[in-house]
Order: sequence, then C-alpha cells, then structure tokens
Amino acid sequence: MIELSHLHKTFRVARRNAGMGEAVRALFRREYTEIHALDDISFRIGDGEMVGYIGPNGAGKSSTIKVMSGILTPDSGSCVIDGCVPWRDRRAHVANIGVVFGQRSQLWWDVPVIDSFDLIRDIYRVEAHQYRADLDELCDLLELGEILRTPTRQLSLGQRMRCEIAASLIHRPRILFLDEPTIGLDAVSKLAVRDFIRRINRERGTTVILTTHDMQDIEALTERIILIGRGKILLDGALDALKAKHSALRRIAVCFAPGTTSPAARPLPQGIALLSADEGRAEFGVDTALHSVSSAIECLTRDIDVRDLSVTGQSTDELVISLYEEFRI
Amino acid sequence: MKLYLRYLAIHFKSQMQYKTSFFLTLIGQFLTAFSTFLGIWVMFTRFNTVKGFTYTEVSLCYAVVLMAFSLAETFFRGFDTFPRMIGNGEFDRILVRPRSPVFQVLGSKIDFTRLGRLLHAAVIFAWAIPRSGVNWNAANIATLCGMILAGSLVFAGLFLLYAGICFFTLDGLEVMNIFTDGSREFGRYPLSVYGDAVLRFLTFVVPIALFLYYPFLTLLGKSDSLLWRICPLFALLFLVPCYLVWRVGLLHYRSTGS
Repeated sequence: MIELSHLHKTFRVARRNAGMGEAVRALFRREYTEIHALDDISFRIGDGEMVGYIGPNGAGKSSTIKVMSGILTPDSGSCVIDGCVPWRDRRAHVANIGVVFGQRSQLWWDVPVIDSFDLIRDIYRVEAHQYRADLDELCDLLELGEILRTPTRQLSLGQRMRCEIAASLIHRPRILFLDEPTIGLDAVSKLAVRDFIRRINRERGTTVILTTHDMQDIEALTERIILIGRGKILLDGALDALKAKHSALRRIAVCFAPGTTSPAARPLPQGIALLSADEGRAEFGVDTALHSVSSAIECLTRDIDVRDLSVTGQSTDELVISLYEEFRI
Repeated sequence: MKLYLRYLAIHFKSQMQYKTSFFLTLIGQFLTAFSTFLGIWVMFTRFNTVKGFTYTEVSLCYAVVLMAFSLAETFFRGFDTFPRMIGNGEFDRILVRPRSPVFQVLGSKIDFTRLGRLLHAAVIFAWAIPRSGVNWNAANIATLCGMILAGSLVFAGLFLLYAGICFFTLDGLEVMNIFTDGSREFGRYPLSVYGDAVLRFLTFVVPIALFLYYPFLTLLGKSDSLLWRICPLFALLFLVPCYLVWRVGLLHYRSTGS
C-alpha cells in the first residue's frame, strides 16, 4: 500500500542568460528561480495495482519516483509505503522495492550478467535456494538462457533491458518502479518486456508503477493512470473511463480523385474540423456528440468521387495529447 | 565482509577482461613510482644526508607513504572517482539498495592496477629494511605496520572528505589533490625537511606527520617518546570530521537530488 499526501518539493535552480559576460557574472552572483517539482501531490495505490504515471518531461515524475524510492527527501507532506517512510527508514524500505531506470544500467559492465546477478543476490541477502528457483523462473520467462554468460557490454539494448528487469526482481520486491522501461527497444523486445511485467503483476501480485512516454505501454499494461503536470496531479482515474469520455472524437480520412474539388474547400458545419489536407486526401475530426458518423460521412463525401475512406477512433497517444492540451501542460 | 570479497572478485574479473591494459597499467604505475625513487637517489649521490637523514632512512619513509597511499588508492578508489558517480546517477542506484552507502561506494571501484605502486613500495621496503639500521624488534615492527595502516586510513579519510564535498560542488575539486597527491609527494622525505610551518600543518590539519614523521623518529631511535610511537592512533581521529562532512553531504544530496 502506497500512500502519498500533500507532498511538496521545491528546487532552487541557478539561472543566467547566455553569453560570456553573464557566465562570469554568475560566478559571483547567482540568481535562483524556484521550481515546484512537487506541488501538493497526493494519491494512494493499493497492493497489486498497476499504475501508469504519465506527464510531459519535467512534470515531476522522476521526483515522485525518487521520493517513493527513498532517494529524495521532500520538503513537506507524508509518504508511507507498507508502513515505512522511504527517506527515514531507507534500508528497510528499499529491501522491499525494485527500481528500473530505463536509461541507466545497474549491471556491472565488463562481467557476464550472471556475475552481476550473484552480487545483487549478496547485496540483498537472498537465500540460496530461493535465488536458484527465482533465477530459473526469470530466465525462463525472459528467455535469458544464453545471455546470462555474456558480458553486459556486449548485450543489445533489448537483451540488457530484460536483464535489468530480472536484476530488479531477484530480491522479490513487493513494489516495482519502472522508469521508462521500454525506451529505445525494438517492437519484439517491447512486447516481451510488457508481457513479462504483466505476468509478474498477476502471478506475484507485485505492485507496478510505470512511468513512460510510450502510450502503448500504458495501454497494454495499466488500468489506472495518474497524470502529472508542473508538479500537480491533474488526473487520476481508470484508463477505460478516460477513453470513453474522450472517445467522442473520430477521425475521418477521405481520399478522392485528383483534380476534383476537395471537401476541404467547402464550409464545414460545427463539430467537424479539418485536420489536414493534401492533394487528393483530406482528414477531418468529427465530434460524434454533434454528428453521427454516417451524417458526417454524408456531409463530407457529397458530390465527390471517393477513392477511399477510413474512420478511426482516438489512439492513446492522441488521448494524452488532448489531455496535455486540456490542462495546458 | 563476505560481500566485500564478492565486490573484490567482480572487479578482479572485470579488470581481467582487459588483460593487456591491466598489465601495462600495472607496469606503468610501477615505473612512475620508480622514477620518483630515482630522483631521491640522484639527490643523495650529491648530498649524503638531508637534514640528518641518510639515504636508506629516507627510502624507508618514502616506502611507508607510498605503501599507505597505494593501499588507500586500491581499496578506497570509489571515493576518488565519486563525482562521476554522482554525475551519471549511479549514486541513486546505491541509495535504492539496502546497504550502507559508504560500503557500497567502497565496493563500487577497486583498482588492482594500483598494486603496481604497492609492489614498488614492497621492493623499497625489502631494500631499506635491512639497511636502515633500525633494530627490528616487535615494538618497531608493530609501529611500522601501524604507520602503514593509519596512513592508508588517513588517505581514505581524505578521499571521503573529497567525496563529501562533491555532494555540494557536483564536480571534482582539483584542489583536493594538493592533499592527496601532495601528501604523497611531501612524504618522500621526513617532514621536518620542509620547516616548522609545514610540519605543524601536516600534524594538526592533515595529519600526515602523525603516521609518518613522529613514529618514524622513534623507529630510527632519534626519539624514545612513547607518545610519538602511538601517534598513528591519533591520526585516525581525522576520520571523524571526514565522515561528518560525508554525512552532511549525503543529507544535502538527498534533499536536492541533483
């Protein structure tokens, strides 16, 4: 159980203008601006939940993760995770969590992966028999077999990420923080990683908190999303409900014979907006609360030699973009 | 302790991955240290004594500081490369593991190539010990060991201090090398050679003299003060402020998170 209430964290960041003179001046007198990285953050995550924590760069995602993993001490507010205050009972707390930073490795660079795993086992004081059983299972699920004997530096990014995730699970953490776990991975590796995360969540009941910019991750993994922007929680709810609410929008793409008048040229009724127009192709957004799809098609294709037509709903990417726009972050 | 041996093993394996580089560095370290030693030798072929110390006596002093420094550099190097660790976020990883940060930083880098210097120090010891005219009874042997041990811990303290300061500056401070590399260079000669002011500084501020100079005098029989013999123990007090700076730095880091 994770419970955050009214977390605040302010950083002082030195600012200066460009230029040599300014640089020299900054040596002696600095101007600071305060950045509210966390501004009254509260939420609660139950055991075994899978939560997507999203927001644009610099919104405060990493700061929140850092507070929850005991790296960062907030200015005020409380955070209790399984009865521990992360920054106060750091060692007791971190024994129960696993953290994957997608951009940084926790494996030793020059030795075979299995050596890193063994060392991590000793760091967390994992029992030998539990370690063996878990390792077998992890290797099986993540298909690590051959990779284990390869030095980390020779692994591909996808292989490395699978090892990173396995490494974070060696001590059987109850909570797993994943900070952009699929960044830079190819499609196959992404699927493997997602599949595995889902499995760990289901079979071990591990609570998973995921930050990512990849909306397919969110879609594939999480039922609940928390949206943060400029240090504030803007939205916290089920992904499905959110989609239902925002799915009134449809996209209609019309391909028509070149040379004929484009439907983009005609006056459009309210609720239908032109998104893009090319030679022979135009794309419209339709608010289905105002127009049914069939009436919109009827209106858009009247007197036109239609070659092709497609209707699509909103993707999670677009959903998030429209959320960002809605909250102006 | 078992975990520390594991760290040792993994670093050894890592460094064995680059065998040629490992041995070349090892030899390089040995030769660099050796050239310094040649410098001393050349000086003594012109002057027979420096401030009443003979060539063999000076060699012994040099071997002590070199041995202490290379031990510290081999095993406490994690603190020496600490700014990089903060810079690339590796330190965050340390904080999410249930072990003491100091221990983990120690384990993060163990540089066996520094053993080249250690070897060099051992060679000088082998040469100087029988020729130094010191009466090698139990007390003197214990004093010598104490000097080396306390010495490496003082250097470790300097590294720790340096790392503690890095929490604030987030960058390496070259000025700290005055104390680490500088002390090593200073230690080539018995410290009284440099005059009273330097000696006082190296006694009360950076306590190099406590493990190097005063007990050395008792070894040579130039003094029979018991206090001077146990001076290396006082040198260990230096670790206290160093550790405090580290603690304060750590708190600062965890509240700024940069």
